[in-house]
Parts: sequence; structure tokens; C-alpha cells
Amino acid sequence: MSNAIQPAGDHEVFEEPVPPMQQLLDNPFLLLFIGIAVPTVLYIVLGVMEIVAIPIAK
Amino acid sequence: MAVNRMFRTCPASGLVFHEPAENLMKANAVAAAVSLLVGGILAIGVTLTRWQAVHMLPPDSFYLFLTAHGLNMLVFWIIFFEMAILYFTSSTLLKCRLAAPGIGWVAFWMMVVGALMNNYAVFRGDSSVMFTAYAPMGAHPTFYLGLILFAVGALISCFVFFATLVVAKSEKTYNGSVPLVTFGAITAAIIAVFTIASGAIILVPTFLWSVGFIDHIDSLVYRTVFWAFGHSSQQINVSAHVAVWYAIAAIVFGAKPLSEKVSRTAFFLYICFLQLASAHHLLADPGLTSNWKIFNTSYAMYLAVLASMVHGLTVPGSIEVAQRQKGYTNGLFEWLRKAPWGNPAFSGMFLSLIGFGFLGGISGVMMGTEQLNLLIHNTLYVPGHFHATVVVGTTLAFMSLTYFLIPVLFRRQMMFAGMAPWQPYVFGLGMMGVSLFLMGAGTLGVPRRHWDIAFAGNPLPYEFPGSAWLMMALAGISSIFAFVGGAMYLAITVGSVFFGKKIETPGFKEISAQQGMVGRPQPAAAPADTTVIAGHQGGVGAGGMCMVAPGTFVLAIVFLVSFVLYYFINWKYLSTVWPLR
Amino acid sequence: MSAILPPPERVWWKQPLDRVEGLWIGIALVWCLIMFFMMPYWHVYGKQNLANEAWRTTPEAYMKKAEEVVAKYKVREETDQKIPVVHPPAGSDVYLVARLWSWWPILELEAGKSYRIHLMSMDWLHGFSLQPENINVEVHPGYDHVMTVTPTRAGSYSIICNEYCGINHHTMASRLYVK
Ligand code: HEM
Ligand SMILES: [Cu+2]
Ligand SMILES: [Cu+2]
Repeated sequence: MSNAIQPAGDHEVFEEPVPPMQQLLDNPFLLLFIGIAVPTVLYIVLGVMEIVAIPIAK
Repeated sequence: MAVNRMFRTCPASGLVFHEPAENLMKANAVAAAVSLLVGGILAIGVTLTRWQAVHMLPPDSFYLFLTAHGLNMLVFWIIFFEMAILYFTSSTLLKCRLAAPGIGWVAFWMMVVGALMNNYAVFRGDSSVMFTAYAPMGAHPTFYLGLILFAVGALISCFVFFATLVVAKSEKTYNGSVPLVTFGAITAAIIAVFTIASGAIILVPTFLWSVGFIDHIDSLVYRTVFWAFGHSSQQINVSAHVAVWYAIAAIVFGAKPLSEKVSRTAFFLYICFLQLASAHHLLADPGLTSNWKIFNTSYAMYLAVLASMVHGLTVPGSIEVAQRQKGYTNGLFEWLRKAPWGNPAFSGMFLSLIGFGFLGGISGVMMGTEQLNLLIHNTLYVPGHFHATVVVGTTLAFMSLTYFLIPVLFRRQMMFAGMAPWQPYVFGLGMMGVSLFLMGAGTLGVPRRHWDIAFAGNPLPYEFPGSAWLMMALAGISSIFAFVGGAMYLAITVGSVFFGKKIETPGFKEISAQQGMVGRPQPAAAPADTTVIAGHQGGVGAGGMCMVAPGTFVLAIVFLVSFVLYYFINWKYLSTVWPLR
Repeated sequence: MSAILPPPERVWWKQPLDRVEGLWIGIALVWCLIMFFMMPYWHVYGKQNLANEAWRTTPEAYMKKAEEVVAKYKVREETDQKIPVVHPPAGSDVYLVARLWSWWPILELEAGKSYRIHLMSMDWLHGFSLQPENINVEVHPGYDHVMTVTPTRAGSYSIICNEYCGINHHTMASRLYVK
């Protein structure tokens, strides 16, 4: 654990920016948000809305 | 990071364990094994009753056993084990102290109490409602309360996991991105949070209904929200066992993911879309539109299936690359033939991969197709399918991981080391038989959760074809192999954990689970090759193909061909059924 | 070095793909899209699509409609329980009642004719499973589910319950005749 890793070259003049997609994948809380929002909206909310909209029999 | 006395480095694997995390892993793993034992004993009653020639139990006990089997297996065994995996992938793989172990213990005990309470409700005899507990069929209040307690405990564990990620990041116990296996565990934990939240949304009102505070639970809303819980929890399993596949490929072969980008993007597709597939439970239900059904059941255009197909390629692909680098370069399949088939950690994992893909994956996509679902909805095809996914896939993957964990985590030598290499085959092949024959019976229309397909004493019985009876008998016979395999597993793990020879100092070489294992990974060596990306670019081509993993590609094509054929055979079958609109 | 260690490169997103992955992703994606479009395709060109038509109603209201149909089109009774057999005209609305633990009434239909079959449960969930044809539909309490069915072959069919509905679930079986 104590082997503090210092990626070579990281602290030199040029530091390559981390691409946005990688930043997203490195951010568990953003992922958590997506992983809850997507199914909540597309599955639960839309599904329950359709059920509620079922008409009353004549 | 400051030196912490509570860490130890495993001499054999080089893994770093934080003692409080280690204890939590052990406790969760033991609780998991106990649930597996209970569920396994119940499975004997279930299968030997459905095997009509034996027809062991009377109907009330059959339905009781089936309810308890589903819960102990699907919920308690799997989720306890997953909690152990979450602690392992966060604390151990990130070499980080576990955040808030005390809360981890609170969560653990909530789960234990919840599981006991739920089992109590079922064994009382008035809650044989199956694990689905579809309202308005009601169970005893403690049934729901137990499930809710268990689920909340699991949710708290997930937060301990996320908190550990935060600690690791801020204490810089690793650099850059988390390991791929941890990323898979993050995927599982994210899906778990959604799953448990959905469970709360539906189980809390149902509990209130069972004690009389609410007077009506709508059956269609119940089924819709229930499956956001019930099916998403299967998706936790998928993410977790795919992570375990990667872990075992790494541990046994030192395999490196073909590309981090592809594997992680595949997990990302899981995070976004996997949970939508809960809709495939509602394809035969009224009222929901085809738009909703098609979009959700297909995981948004099968993007999550795509992800599974990617993992199915990259896991064996990375093994192939690692093996080829070791010199197994002849032909397409030398790398596979020369794999350590006697190492249960590997053989279990590979059978899990094959069984999950060929049996579970293909049948799952077939069933989840809007129109095809009509053919098999609620038949034994469904349990057939999920015994391929959750038993051959998840359970066997977890079993193979324990072979690695016994020496490393429990620091015990494996007992019955001569038996261990056989266990994955006996259990895996037996279970593949169970799945196949249940699917066969389901194709012939045999209903699931049904005590008597002979309809004895019924004035208007239905006579199932002889082939259906044969299928049930074959499923019964295969299940005997599966029981034996399950008993072997429990004997080995329980034996080793409680009575195995303690490992004091590195004395690992005799243990068969270690066979074919690479030496300790060099944690610090990694950053040196920052610039040399894609270490296996110079991969070995075979037969003139310029691919790093040609053998795996051939296997993948075989898979695809089976998939396409089976898929269209079912459409052909559907086209002969009565027109319906 | 491996999947249980952090990736060695700080930026791994730009790693080039190997051909084996690129090719497989391409093939798999095409297959996924084919499977996806099969479902809408079948809605247009296929003949077996479960209607989602449903109406919210009460057991009493539903039972009343079912009783009216039975009163009008009953042709005989079967078994000791005197379950009525109805022979409704083609194209008409036919009501099938699911309840603990029986189906009511027995339907007698004609091959090649279409019927609007209604399904609803009076109590818990049940499963409509037509054998050996293998048409399986979930039956809910409170939702009248309508599907238009065209039997193709004459014969005696069975309707069994394939959604677990309590201790006598396995006794819930009935018939459907096609002339
Ligand atoms: C020796 C191993 C096992 C055997 C022989 C076995 C056998 C069976 C059979 C025959 C059924 C279907 C009964 C029916 O629907 O009438 C069943 C149901 C089920 N099994 Fe297993 N099983 C085994 C292990 C497992 C494991 C390890 C899991 C989960 C991880 C599992 C989860 C389930 C679930 C969720 C059900 C459905 C219960 C329900 O319909 O409510 N089984 N099992
Ligand atoms: Cu029923
Ligand atoms: Cu039933």
C-alpha cells in the first residue's frame, strides 16, 4: 500500500488531458446518477404512467 | 498513505487486506454459504417433487419449499456473497482501509436478521407466495419486513463501498483509474442501489397493506415495480460475475484486459440500460404499450446485450493473449487445451462463462423478445433460463472465486484438495442439464411452480406429451449431479474454512487452487510503461489472421451462429401459432 | 498489468482497439439491431402480436358481462360442476373468468373465425396457458385484457393456470374447443 505510485512523466511540462469519456467513467457518483435516473425514467415512470392511463371500461 | 497496523499482505497473491474489511468479507461469505446450504436442501424437495415419478412432497410443502428455495438462493446466497465482493474490490483491490467498518457490521446484522425473519415467515406456512409475492396474494407481515430489512442492510453496505472509493481516492491509495474488476463492482453497486430503491418503493407499501394500513395494491403496478427490483437484482449478479470472470482471468493467468476502454464502456452500457430489461417480465401483461415493452425489453436496442457479447469475447480473449505470451501459440486452441483445467478457480469460471453465454444468454434474449415471450411465459422455460444465468453463471463464478479466497482470505489450506478439481464439472454440468431439460419442458408448455402436471383427480385434465414427462425426469436426474456438486462445494469450503490447516507463512504450493497461478503481481512495476500502450499489440496471429485472439474469435462466431439459428427457429415456431392481435 | 490492478496508463481511453474487438463489436452491433427491428417488423408483417388493449374494471362488472354471454350462447354443460360451454358467434366479445381455482365458462370456437376474447381475474393473478398451442398470457384482477384470437385447427385444447395462485394452483385447468 505504501508504494506511492508516481506515473512517469505525469509531472512534467506536458500533461495530456484526460478525455471526457474517461473522466465520466472515472466518476462513480456521476455513474450512480445515470444508473438510477435512466431506468427510473424510462422504465418505472413511463411504465406507471401507462398503467395509470388505462381507460375505465364502459 | 500512513502505515496501518491493520493491513496484511497476502504472501501468495500480494493482495493487501485491511483487517476490518477482511472480517466483513468472511462474515458475509459465511452467511452466503449457509444460505446456499439451506437453499440447496430445499432444492432437493423441489426437484424431486417435480420429477413426477418421484413426486416427493405434498402440495403445501412443495410450494413452501419452492418459496424458500427461491429466496435463500436468489436473494440471500447471492447478495451476501456480493457484499463480500464489494468489500474485496474496494478495500482489497484499492489497497485502502474500509470506510466505516462499524456501519458495515450494522448492515451485515440487518441482513442476517432480515434473512432469518423472512425465513421464519415462510416456514410458518402462511407465506408460500414465492419470492415474487405478487399482490394481491398476501404473506405474513414479517415476510415483507424481513425482505425490507435485508434490502436496507444491503443498501448500507453499498454505501460503505462507495465511501471506501472516496477514501481511496482522497488517500491516493491508487493512481489514475480504479482496476477494471473494481469498475465492474461499481457497476454492480450502482445497479444495486437502483434495485433496492425500487424494492423499497414496492415492498414498503405492500408491508403496510399486509398490516392493514393500505387497502389496495394494484397488481399491475406491483408487477412493474417489483420487477425493477426482482430483475435488476439479477443484473447486479451479471455485473458482479463478469467482474469475477475478469478477476479470475487476472489471478490465474495474469491476463490483462484486451482494452480498458472497451471493457469499461461495456460496463457503462450495463449501468445505463441493463435494468430496463425488467420489462421482459411484463410482455404478456395487459395495458402497457408495445412501445414501452419493446424499448425496455430490448435494453434500449440491445445495447446491454452488446455489452455482454463484448465481455464474452474480451474475457476469454484476454486469457488467450496471456496464454499465447506464455508460448501456447500452436493452432487456434492450444491456449485453451493447455489451460489449467484442474484448477477449480479456472474451470469453474470457464464453465460459468460458457453456460451463461450459450444457455442463459441466448435463451434470455429469446424470451425477452416481445412476441416470442408468448410461447414460454411462465413455463418451466423461465426457471430453465435463469438456472443457466444465476446458477451456472453467477453461482459457479462465485464458487470459483472462493477457491481463490480460501487460501488468500481465510488463510486456510484447502481440504479435500483431491475433490476440488471435480466440483465445478459435477455442479456445472449437472446444472447445465437441469437448465436444458427445464427449458425443454417449458417449450412443451409445462408450467413453472406447479405441483402436479398429471392433474390427478381433475375432471378436465390436460395430458402433457410423454416427452414433457421425460424432460422432467431428466431434469431430476441432472439435479442429482448438481446436488452432489453443491455438497462437494460446501464440504470443501466449510471444511477448509473451519477445519483446514492454518496457513501461517507462505506454504502455498501444495494447494491445488493455486495451480497455474502467476506469481505475485508487481504492484509498483506498472507505471513504468506509461508510454507503451497496448502491451499486446505484437500479439500472435494464427492461421494468417492478424488478431491477438483468433481462437476466441472463432468461439465467438460459433456462439453467434447458434444464437442466430435459435432465435429464428423460435420465430418460425411462433408463426405457426394461432393468429393473435 | 491486469484487471485487478489500476490501468498502467493514465489515459487509457485513446488506446487503439485490436481487430478482434473492433470486428466483434461491429458484428454484435449489427445483430443487436436486427433483433431489435424484428419486433416492430413483426407488428407490421407478423400475425402473432399480443394486443395491449386493456380496460380498468371491477370483478362485479366483468362478471355481469360474462354471465350475459353465457346466458345468450350456452350450448351445454360439462362435468359435475355444470360448467357452461358457450358457442359465441364469430367476431363477438367473449368473456373468460379466472378465479380461485377455475376457469369459467368453457369456450367453443370455430376454426378460421376471429373472436375478441376478454381475460380477467376475480381475485389474484392467474396465468392463461393454452395447450398444446402454447399461448401464455398473464391474467390480472381489475384489468380486462382483450385479444383477438383466430383458432386455426379444430380440436380439444386445454387452458391451464401457469401463474402460481395458491395451494390449489395445480388444479386450475379447463378446456377450449375448436370446431
Ligand atoms: C442443486 C441446485 C439446484 C436445483 C436442482 C434447482 C432446481 C430448481 C427447480 C427445478 C426449480 C423450478 C421449480 C418450479 O418452478 O416448479 C427451481 C426454482 C428456482 N431456483 Fe433453483 N435449483 C438449484 C439451485 C439454485 C440456485 C443456486 C439458485 C440461485 C442462485 C436458484 C434459484 C431458483 C429460483 C429463483 C427459483 C424460482 C422460484 C420461484 O419460481 O419462485 N436455484 N430450482
Ligand atoms: Cu390460477
Ligand atoms: Cu395458478
